[in-house]
Amino acid sequence: MPRGAKRHPYDGIVAVAPATVPYQRFSKEAAHWWIARALKQSLDAASLSSRDVDGLIVSSFTLFPDSAVGLTQHLGLSPRWLDDIPMGGACGVVGLRRAARAVQSGDADVVACVAGDTNHVDSFRRMLSSFSRFAQDASYPYGSGGPNACFALLTDHYMKRFGARREDFGKICVAQRQNALRNPHAVMKTPLTMEQYIGARPISDPIALFDCVMPVAGAECFLVMREEDAKAEGIPFAYIRATIERHNAFPDDPIQMRGGWAVDIGELYAMAGLKPEDMQVVQTYDDYPVIVMMQFEDLGFCGKGEGPDFVRAHDLTIDGDFPHNTSGGQLSAGQAGAGGGYLGLTEAMRQVTGTAGPTQVTNARNALVSGFGMINFDRGLCSGAVILSGEGA
Amino acid sequence: MTDPLARPPKKDPQVRTRVPTRPSHFRSRAALGIAASAAEGRFMLQVCGECRAVQYPPRDACAACLSIDLAWRDVSPLGRLIAETTVRTSTSIYFRERAPWRIGTVKLEAGPSVMAHLHGDLLPDADVRVVSVLDKSGQGVLFAVPDDATPNMEDDPQMREMTSDPKHRRVLITDARNENAPALAKALADAGASMIFVGEAESWRPYPHRGALAAIPNVDILPMDVTDTASVRELCGEIGGKTDILINNARFVRPGGILDRADVGFAREEMEVNYFGLLRLAQHFGPAMRGRGADGDNSAAAWVNILSVNAWANSPDYGLFSASNAAALSLSQNLRADLWDGGVRLLNVFTGPTEDEWHQPLPPPKVTPAAIARAMIDGLKGGLEDVFVGDVAKDLIDRWRAGPKILEREMMENRGASS
Repeated sequence: MPRGAKRHPYDGIVAVAPATVPYQRFSKEAAHWWIARALKQSLDAASLSSRDVDGLIVSSFTLFPDSAVGLTQHLGLSPRWLDDIPMGGACGVVGLRRAARAVQSGDADVVACVAGDTNHVDSFRRMLSSFSRFAQDASYPYGSGGPNACFALLTDHYMKRFGARREDFGKICVAQRQNALRNPHAVMKTPLTMEQYIGARPISDPIALFDCVMPVAGAECFLVMREEDAKAEGIPFAYIRATIERHNAFPDDPIQMRGGWAVDIGELYAMAGLKPEDMQVVQTYDDYPVIVMMQFEDLGFCGKGEGPDFVRAHDLTIDGDFPHNTSGGQLSAGQAGAGGGYLGLTEAMRQVTGTAGPTQVTNARNALVSGFGMINFDRGLCSGAVILSGEGA
Repeated sequence: MTDPLARPPKKDPQVRTRVPTRPSHFRSRAALGIAASAAEGRFMLQVCGECRAVQYPPRDACAACLSIDLAWRDVSPLGRLIAETTVRTSTSIYFRERAPWRIGTVKLEAGPSVMAHLHGDLLPDADVRVVSVLDKSGQGVLFAVPDDATPNMEDDPQMREMTSDPKHRRVLITDARNENAPALAKALADAGASMIFVGEAESWRPYPHRGALAAIPNVDILPMDVTDTASVRELCGEIGGKTDILINNARFVRPGGILDRADVGFAREEMEVNYFGLLRLAQHFGPAMRGRGADGDNSAAAWVNILSVNAWANSPDYGLFSASNAAALSLSQNLRADLWDGGVRLLNVFTGPTEDEWHQPLPPPKVTPAAIARAMIDGLKGGLEDVFVGDVAKDLIDRWRAGPKILEREMMENRGASS
């Protein structure tokens, strides 16, 4: 069957009111509590009330036994459009795409996109053991290292195949920590040196402590609405220039060396009418640095296998020549469960609207945000990316 | 090269016996096929009946053509190790206690990539053979080993978690009077068992092979009669806390079906030994073994029953003996479930007609004591649950799997010709 029609642009649809509820390492509260706070923060920023929300998208691993439906009653919402996006690190990009089309088609006027999780002392272990059927059957019984072990395998293979060194991954982590020191909400508040990175406690070779995100409790939210409505409210907004998503790409690769971006990246830039060098800021999904390096390749900043050289050649800090994960990313700001899938998006919205404060990149008009999620068995299945534009700062 | 396993030190009675923990035992129904093939030491994966695509992880529909015709088939176990990691922190108590633990990704010649436990002798990029084994949870897992055997490879700590190797373990053989006792004891001694206790009923009554049995290194003949609860209790009190492997070879066999016998005398004796004997042993030795499933290098590891393959399908010429073995097979499944929590394996060695006085008029092939001993050792070293020894037993279980009702007819027709 031939590939489908030319995609419609997201003209007249904007993303507004990014909200981040400051993360905590552990929380006694439930996911509902965190999600409610993020939603309230976004609505307050847009001077809206919950009655104005007629569309809702939720992503959370710890809402059980509730889903998005239960949240409507819990939070007193009566949306006419509702979605639940269980795609982990890709949930932000995917949620934004869904919401934009819903508003564009008139199915909803204001869609609240919210993601967040709580983190009880034992909740990470519980989640891992029942994450997916394939994980339960074919990866969890093998050492029960969780995503650390899965990404250790990908990292080991990538290092052998493409000559990446630990220092290359370290450079990504050290730069993000530098960025995080300017983000008052980041969980990590002390500098990280390359010596500390290299000498860190091994977790699952070749992965060590600072290659791993810290699971935290937290929530993120933003709203999608018509441009005219945002203007009427007088709130800063970001245009949605292009989006892609892909699931279970390259199933025949014996081990993950690339994500679904590699399939669709040409379409992303073509739809936006932009090129990789037009991006002033890039937010990749960074649960482990190896996947950051793959994203640099698959998002078109360099060729496959050139990730290590690309990292060596660039300064990834806020003031560097390739500002990347300016909030510190999950590696230094913390991974708030599904909220991790929103972290890059809310930060990019702040960047292109000139509201990022201490992490602001100068002249950030175009931002690329990529998402990656769901290690169903041996690899991440969901990938997505979006290009946002704004007035910058 | 694997360091040879040192003889475990004497147990310190003041130290708490380590409580057995288990790796995760949760599996989808489809994934239980790995355990089923591991129980027999086969390497099988699902193969699509329509497009022949080999599948992994186990699933409900073919990932290449959506067919639901997925049958478990023997496939090539060869592959290449393309990535590895050493897991140093784990969310599982079991792996936490045994860290660091090495796993890897193997690209199989048969098609898919699999995650597998790694043998310590594997180097990066090695050519490997993948075996299905049962882990301490009793569930099937994949284990990559060197394609060519290496010295002491069975002593690899990760491998030994999957097997019931007799090396440095203390064994109880329950019936010295059985003709196969010397062969079993000899094979266990050769496999490195550190103590071989042998239960002897009615010690005052002589039997021909006692001298040969007593002459085997590390053999210690002790009084026990599996038909006498008090004697089982007494021996268990003495050695129950240091019985790592129990070989139940006690058996009472007489030819004949229902109409060949005038009363229930022999049938009762068959049940007394073959069924109640197993039950008595299990009730006494079972709890101690289950509690010692993680007790160091000589932890409790396995319970072995030597059963007639006619436990699966009645042989009318030995109809009542078959029935007692069917009862024992069912009981063994109960015992397997009970020992599961402790990570102690239950191995059934199913044999066809054996080379002894009670099968004397039957034609060959008959199973020798040495063949039973070999099968038992292979089963223990492979960590298996079901071993079929001899051509008659292998043929019978093949036929049983193809269709029990058809086999029932065949057993009736073959009456007087074989067992």
